[in-house]
Amino acid sequence: MAIKDFPIEEYVLPGNAACPGCPSTMGLRTVLKALGKKTILTIPACCTAVIQSWYPYTSFNVPTLNIAFEAAASAASGIAAALKKLGEEDINVVVWAGDGGTYDIGLQALSGAIERQTNFLYICYNNQIYSNTGIQRSGATPYAAWTTTTVKGKKEFRKDIGEIIIAHHVPYAATACVSYPEDLYNKVKKTMGIRGPKYIEILAPCPPGWRFSMDKTVEMGKLAVETGAWILYEYENGKLSFNGISKSIAEGKYKPKPVEDWLKLQGRFSHLFKPERDIVRINAIKDHIRDTWEHYKKLASL
Amino acid sequence: MKVVIDTGNYIAARAAMMAKPKVVAAYPITPQTTIVEGIAKYVENGELDAEYICVESEHSAMSACIGAAATGVRTFTATSSHGLLLMHEMLHWAALARLPIVMCNVNRAIGPGWNIWCDENDSIAQRDTGWLQFYCSSNQEVFDTVIQAYKIVENEKVLLPAMINLGGFILSHTSLPVRIPEQKEVDEFLPPYEPKWRLDVNHPITHGNIIFPDDYYKVRYDMQLAQDNSRKIIKEVAREWREKFGTYHGDLVEEYRCDDAELVILAMGAIGAEAKVAVDKIRKNGLKVGLLRIRAFRPFPEEEIIGMAKKCNKLLVIDRNISVGNEGALAGETRACLKDRVEDANVYGFIAGLGGKDVTYIDIEKMCKMVIDGKAGRVEWYGLG
Repeated sequence: MAIKDFPIEEYVLPGNAACPGCPSTMGLRTVLKALGKKTILTIPACCTAVIQSWYPYTSFNVPTLNIAFEAAASAASGIAAALKKLGEEDINVVVWAGDGGTYDIGLQALSGAIERQTNFLYICYNNQIYSNTGIQRSGATPYAAWTTTTVKGKKEFRKDIGEIIIAHHVPYAATACVSYPEDLYNKVKKTMGIRGPKYIEILAPCPPGWRFSMDKTVEMGKLAVETGAWILYEYENGKLSFNGISKSIAEGKYKPKPVEDWLKLQGRFSHLFKPERDIVRINAIKDHIRDTWEHYKKLASL
Repeated sequence: MKVVIDTGNYIAARAAMMAKPKVVAAYPITPQTTIVEGIAKYVENGELDAEYICVESEHSAMSACIGAAATGVRTFTATSSHGLLLMHEMLHWAALARLPIVMCNVNRAIGPGWNIWCDENDSIAQRDTGWLQFYCSSNQEVFDTVIQAYKIVENEKVLLPAMINLGGFILSHTSLPVRIPEQKEVDEFLPPYEPKWRLDVNHPITHGNIIFPDDYYKVRYDMQLAQDNSRKIIKEVAREWREKFGTYHGDLVEEYRCDDAELVILAMGAIGAEAKVAVDKIRKNGLKVGLLRIRAFRPFPEEEIIGMAKKCNKLLVIDRNISVGNEGALAGETRACLKDRVEDANVYGFIAGLGGKDVTYIDIEKMCKMVIDGKAGRVEWYGLG
C-alpha cells in the first residue's frame, strides 16, 4: 500500500517522549496503522517504555501492558491464551521489543513462545544497542561499532537472530527498515492473516546511539539497505525471498554502494577512518557483508 | 460433599480445577510436579476448561499469568524452591500490577547442594514481594485455602496475588482424607472472576509505564492498605467457608489449647500439625502448653500475636527457615511486633528442620522442655547434634 493510502487513524499520539529523529516511533506508528484498533501491545524494558510517556498519561491509543525486560514473549503467551478463552481471538497480540530484549535477555521466552506456536506477532525494533540505558553493546551491535561498553569497537559480529527464528519453523518472519514504511506496512498486514508466531525485525537507526544528526534517520536506514549491510527479506511457508532494493541486489540489478558510505556518516564508526583508515576492520566488515549475502542467497535458493 | 484420600499436590490440583481458572501456566519442578501433572490431566480430559501453557521456565510461568490476568481471566500456577526464586522478579511485578493470581508453592530447600526436601526459605525469601502468603498444615487446609484464596484476592479491597505453601513431601506426597464439596457449591462460594481492569481494545489503557516518585510512593502505600484490608477479608472468607462446608483452620492464625497456656508455640506449615500432637502430649504431663499456628505470614498476624503475648508471655517460635546473619523469620518478626507493645514477652527462637530434617512431636516436646527448664537461649539451632 502506498503511504498516502495508509489509514488516517493515529495510535502513536503526539506528546510522546521520544528523542527527535527517533526511529522507534516512526516504526511503531506504521505498525499500528497496519494493525488497527484491535491490538494489544506488550512492551518490555526498552526505549518505548519511556517513549509512551509517564503515568497517568500515555501516548498510545491501544491497550498496552508493560512487562519486565525478559518477559515480553511469555506475557504475550498469557494474553493470547486469555483472549482465546474469552473468544476474542480476532485481537492482534503484539510484542514491541528492542534488540536487547530480543537478542539477549528475552531470547529464551521468545524461543519458548514460538515453539508453543503462540498466536502472536513479535516485533523487534533493532537499533543495535542498549539505547535506553545509554548506548551499551548488545548481541545485535555490529562488529567494530563503538558503544560505551565497547570503547574501541565491538570485537564480535552480531548474532543472526533471523536465522534462529527461522530455525523454529515459524510460518512468517521478515526484516524491515523504518526508512521503508510501505514495505513495513505490507509485511505487518500480511501477518494478520497468518495464525501462529510471526516475527518482524525492523532496523531502527538511532541518532544518539549511532552518532548521526537527528534529521538523517531515514537516510541512514536507506544506506544500510543500499550498501547491503541490512537485508530486507521475508520467510514464508518455508521459503525465503528478498524484497525491495535487497531483491535488486540479489538479482544483480543494483550494485550495492560501498559500505563506507554508511559507516562514515556514523560517529560510532569514526575510529575506522581517523586518525587513519583501519583497513583491516573495514575489510572484515566488507567480508562479513559478502558472506552474509552468500549465505542468505543460498537460503533463498532452497 | 465426598471424602477423597489423596496427596497434597493432587488435592491442590483438584482445588485449582474446581476454582475454574481460564489460564494455567506452569513449569515442572520437584516436588511440585504432580500438581501440574494433575492440572494437565484435568485440562486434557475436559474437566477444566482452561488454556494450559507449558512454559519454558518459571519466570515465564509468572509472566504468562500476568499477561493472562491483565487480559481479565482467572489464573493459576504452582512451583517450588528454585522455581520460585527464578520467579522473584515477576512476583513483584504481579503484586505491583495488582493482579489476583493464585499460586501453590511446595516448600523445598535451596541449593547447593541439591536438596529436594522441605524448607521454607524459598517462600520466606519472597516475603517482601507483596504476595499474601498462607502456610498449610493439612491437605484439607490446602484444598480449602486454594479456593478461599481466589475469593480473598479477587476482592476489590485486596487485588493482590496469593501464595499457598505446602511442605515438600510432607504434605505434597502424603495422602490424607479431604472433604470435597460439590462443584456447584464451590461455584456458589466463588463466582466467576470479574476483573476491575483489563486490557480492552475498546477502552485502551497503558499499564505499568514510567511512574514518578510521588505516584510510585502512593502505589506502594495502596499495596500496604490492600494487605491490611486482607486481614478482615481472610477472616470473613474462612468463616463463610466454615458455614458452607464445615471445615475451618483458623483465620490468620489457628489457636490450639491456648486459653490457660503458660507457654505458647508459634509454628507454620506442617510443623504446626506436629506441634498439636506435642501440645496434647505435654498437657498430659500437666504442663500448660498451647499452639498459635501461623496460617498467614503475609499479612503478618500482628494483632493476634500481640494478643497472645499479653495472655502468655512465653513464646516458643519454630522456624523452618533462617535469615542468615539474623535468625528465623517468624521469630524475628514476632520479636519486632512485640517490642514496646508487650513489655515482658519472652521469645525463644528455634531453627529446626532445614533441608527437610525431621521435626517430630518428640522434638517439639524437647524444645518446650528446654524453655520450661530455662535452658533455651534467644536463638537455638535445634538438633545440630
